[in-house]
Amino acid sequence: MPKVISTGTSTVSKLSRRSFMSGSVLAAATMPIITRSAKAEEPPSDGQDNARALAAVSMRVNRQSYNFALDNRTSLLDALRDHAGLTGTKKGCDHGQCGACTVLVDGRRVLSCLSFAVMNEGRDVTTIEGLAAADGSLHPMQQAFIDNDAFQCGYCTPGQIMSAIGCVNEGHAGSEDDIREYMSGNLCRCAAYPNIVAAIVQARDETRRS
Amino acid sequence: MRPFVYERPADVSAAVAVASRFADQQDQPTKADVQFIAGATNLADYMKLGVAKPKRLLDLNALREPTLRQIKIGDGIIRFGALVRMGEAADNDDVRRICPLLSESLKLAASGQIRNMASLAGNVLQRTRCEYFRETSWPCNKRDPGSGCAAMEGFNRQHAVLGTSDGCIATYHGDFAQALIALDATVEIEGKRGARRMEFAKLHRLPGDTPDIETNLAPDDVIVAIEVPFAAWSRRSHYLKIRDRESYAFALASAAVALDLDGNMIRHARIALGGVATVPWRAKAAEEALQGKTLDQEVAETAADAAFAEAQPRRYNAFKIPLGKRTLVRALLETRDMKV
Repeated sequence: MPKVISTGTSTVSKLSRRSFMSGSVLAAATMPIITRSAKAEEPPSDGQDNARALAAVSMRVNRQSYNFALDNRTSLLDALRDHAGLTGTKKGCDHGQCGACTVLVDGRRVLSCLSFAVMNEGRDVTTIEGLAAADGSLHPMQQAFIDNDAFQCGYCTPGQIMSAIGCVNEGHAGSEDDIREYMSGNLCRCAAYPNIVAAIVQARDETRRS
Repeated sequence: MRPFVYERPADVSAAVAVASRFADQQDQPTKADVQFIAGATNLADYMKLGVAKPKRLLDLNALREPTLRQIKIGDGIIRFGALVRMGEAADNDDVRRICPLLSESLKLAASGQIRNMASLAGNVLQRTRCEYFRETSWPCNKRDPGSGCAAMEGFNRQHAVLGTSDGCIATYHGDFAQALIALDATVEIEGKRGARRMEFAKLHRLPGDTPDIETNLAPDDVIVAIEVPFAAWSRRSHYLKIRDRESYAFALASAAVALDLDGNMIRHARIALGGVATVPWRAKAAEEALQGKTLDQEVAETAADAAFAEAQPRRYNAFKIPLGKRTLVRALLETRDMKV
């Protein structure tokens, strides 16, 4: 059976490869839509569209197709965490100041907290859960973070790793100074910075060799 | 966050048409019911905080005109499409060679992730990060006209000393805009009134008695391109940014400098100052003080004094005057010494 994830305000169908290949029919889930408590501010109403209607948003996340039904206000971060159940991407400040929510969209690192999910229709998203190979072997950047002890509490780590992959792909990891400059959007309150730089150098060199 | 209708117009004329249908022409773009969104890095933040409350968002990322995403260089003009991302522009080798000031101002702004998201036109229209503007429980004449200004007697260390008024001392935090105003850039606009061009220096408005009116744009105006003239002199150009931490912070003081030199004699200096003013700030008095002079420490200091002659400090931001002067002096001397 395909995985059906329900939340208070929307229903998400996650098609696993296996269920897709076996031709399972995805039953339309019928969860009641819970109306949020009335707010003082009225939504716009011009008779043609409704700001409270759920938007159908499709995107690929970690090589799988997702079809969401989302309030327009849902950030890409909340869509990933609360609607797709991919809680590896972390919510730190939720205002674009800490980098914990970094994911790749169409291969480029972005802050998922500052992007509305609906703006990502048709995009290809990669989160920390999508890095390891099918056999479970880690991405070189994940392994490098382990090898270099590049974290303490680990909360910023998914964002650090996604940002580090983006940084290397952009060609901005040429020197340790460059790494520090181009990774400055990812804060680490445990201050594991020296080891994070070392991990990125290791993964960069391995990626170049391969 | 207030609920909003989301639309993805197919081209610029459709975006203008929808915006002019839903926006009251008397509205300021920042207050209008309908607002454009591109990178989302500034607007999404302010919508979460309840500072921006659009009822309808028009996502410009699907606009079909390819020139919106291109950087074109020729005939002494760099033309940046409005949807070019900050990171793309910062990494453009031709731009860096022709005018390092443009690249440096972009590279030293924001973070790698934000530069991948933020469009150039959205970047120049970013709104202040004044703490009292961001937090809706404080009085703020920019957010809520007539309510007062909590920054005047508040913790105003980050605030402006140039271009201030009795109603507002919020700093304009952008970096790229300092390069654009120094280089006499022009913005290309399409709106209900048709296509037109505006000097970049006319885009932002001083706060005066109406700090809520931030630009000279109408709510249905779409910036489609930014044009920057260049010549041999623009290779000798530089952006120096001084911050509380080394990276990913707004400027306490910054200087955008381009020098047209004859030996060490200054034919023409172009100077803008960031982190110290309420709008992108061209320092014409400093430029005039340098005209025809041989640039050395003393001459640079005279120019810096001229740049800050009319500065109005408050309780916690007076340090920005000496810091701003030293930043400009260092930027001038570093620019003089560039190997071009």
